[in-house]
Amino acid sequence: MSEFTLSELKEIMSASAGVDEGVELDGDIADVAFADLGYDSLAVLELCGQVERRYGVSISDDAVAEMPTPAKAVEYVNALLAKAGV
Amino acid sequence: MSTSDVVTGPVVTGIGVCAPTGIGVETHWQAVLAGKSGIGRIERFDPARYPVRYAGQVPGFSAQDRIPGRLIPQTDHGTHLGLAAAASALADAGVDPADLPEYEMAVVTSSSSGGTEFGQHEMERLYRHGPSWVGAYQSIAWFYAATTGQISIRHGMRGPCGVMCCEQAGGLDVLGQARRLVRLGARLVVSGGTDASLCPYGLVAQLSNRRLSTVDDPARAYLPFDVEASGYLPGEGGAMLIVESADGARDRGAGQGYGVIAGYAAGFDPPPGSSRPPALRRTIERALADAGVTPSDVDVVFADASGVPEDDVIEARALVETFGPGSVPVTAPKTLTGRLYGGGAALDVATALLALRHGVIPHTVGPTRLAPGCDIDLVSGEPRNTGPRTALVVARGHGGFNAALVLRRSGSD
Repeated sequence: MSEFTLSELKEIMSASAGVDEGVELDGDIADVAFADLGYDSLAVLELCGQVERRYGVSISDDAVAEMPTPAKAVEYVNALLAKAGV
Repeated sequence: MSTSDVVTGPVVTGIGVCAPTGIGVETHWQAVLAGKSGIGRIERFDPARYPVRYAGQVPGFSAQDRIPGRLIPQTDHGTHLGLAAAASALADAGVDPADLPEYEMAVVTSSSSGGTEFGQHEMERLYRHGPSWVGAYQSIAWFYAATTGQISIRHGMRGPCGVMCCEQAGGLDVLGQARRLVRLGARLVVSGGTDASLCPYGLVAQLSNRRLSTVDDPARAYLPFDVEASGYLPGEGGAMLIVESADGARDRGAGQGYGVIAGYAAGFDPPPGSSRPPALRRTIERALADAGVTPSDVDVVFADASGVPEDDVIEARALVETFGPGSVPVTAPKTLTGRLYGGGAALDVATALLALRHGVIPHTVGPTRLAPGCDIDLVSGEPRNTGPRTALVVARGHGGFNAALVLRRSGSD
């Protein structure tokens, strides 16, 4: 079974939504709100799209509300992958 | 009426340029004075199979060096140029937006194409892979208003914001709108435009108007008012301008700025086949009346300079009827950049303000023999040091848009 990791999330965020100078995606960001990292809901939607394509799963747009921080996003995606048996 | 009773128009206190003539006000101005062209073979894609292969491209632009990293994958190249130009214009005006009330700062930009390059990339993903491959940022990056929105968010400007889509006339129409907003109480307006549509999809869309030149020589393809005029070449980029009330600029110690927006008018052409005349002459006359100046007060005209022979004759005739044959210097530095659509007239205004500040009329590179019916005094060969105080900028957008703007040197009555 695949596991979605924080480093994978960081990689996707920097490729698809960009990184501002001064934002340390490599630092301890797991529990910092996406908004405080400079990402809006579109960035989280984009993250969902990337996960959908990589793992062939479907994520509802409403799921954005379940992903306020990187840690919560990783948790949500892993729960989804487990459920889908990916 | 005493001088103190004269209502002074708003002033331009800052300019940011990202254009084929270079990045930055000084680089642009030196290129214009030297007649250094920014037109070359299209580099953003291989144009070999297209009938138009030359365009004006911004040299050495690096989004990584000029805008926040997060915004690079989220926005189109045209927005990158706009964000960079807006930041330069604010710095040039000596404004820190954090010092001003957020609801008193406005953003109005001109756009003719929206984010076509970004859009093309996402459309390719759609038809190659499927809907889930289209990025979330497509939802905002292709909008005409994307550049306005991103400037507004980046600098915390929450006053009246909008976009005007009037093709090449838009760069003047946004300044007319900026003036209106200043009169309504806006303290500062970021205005101007930077289109960038040099991708296959964007170029093919432009080709549909049949006005682009297919002459296979970058130095001879765009020759407005010339006997060999064959249409125009496209370009990317433009300029952003900071517009403030004269009082507001003085109060914050910004001085008199580059110049005053003294008059503006817009007009729309009658439909093809109509017996009514083109709207350009009336538009120019109304802009002069709005500025309270007579034709003899105008020291230089920055022409629309379409390069399409019939459009050139219409413009030359409007100028001759307004000013008399050959009685005002006319120039078109846009032959160095190509027509920049939403950014074109904004860059012309920037160039005109620099001409007023430096007292020099830049020349037009390219045209050598005026076409019959173009009885204008086209400044060519070299710049003229005539100390212009009042400039008229003319712009027309495909589809019938006409606009004229009168600028006065700061400090002249």
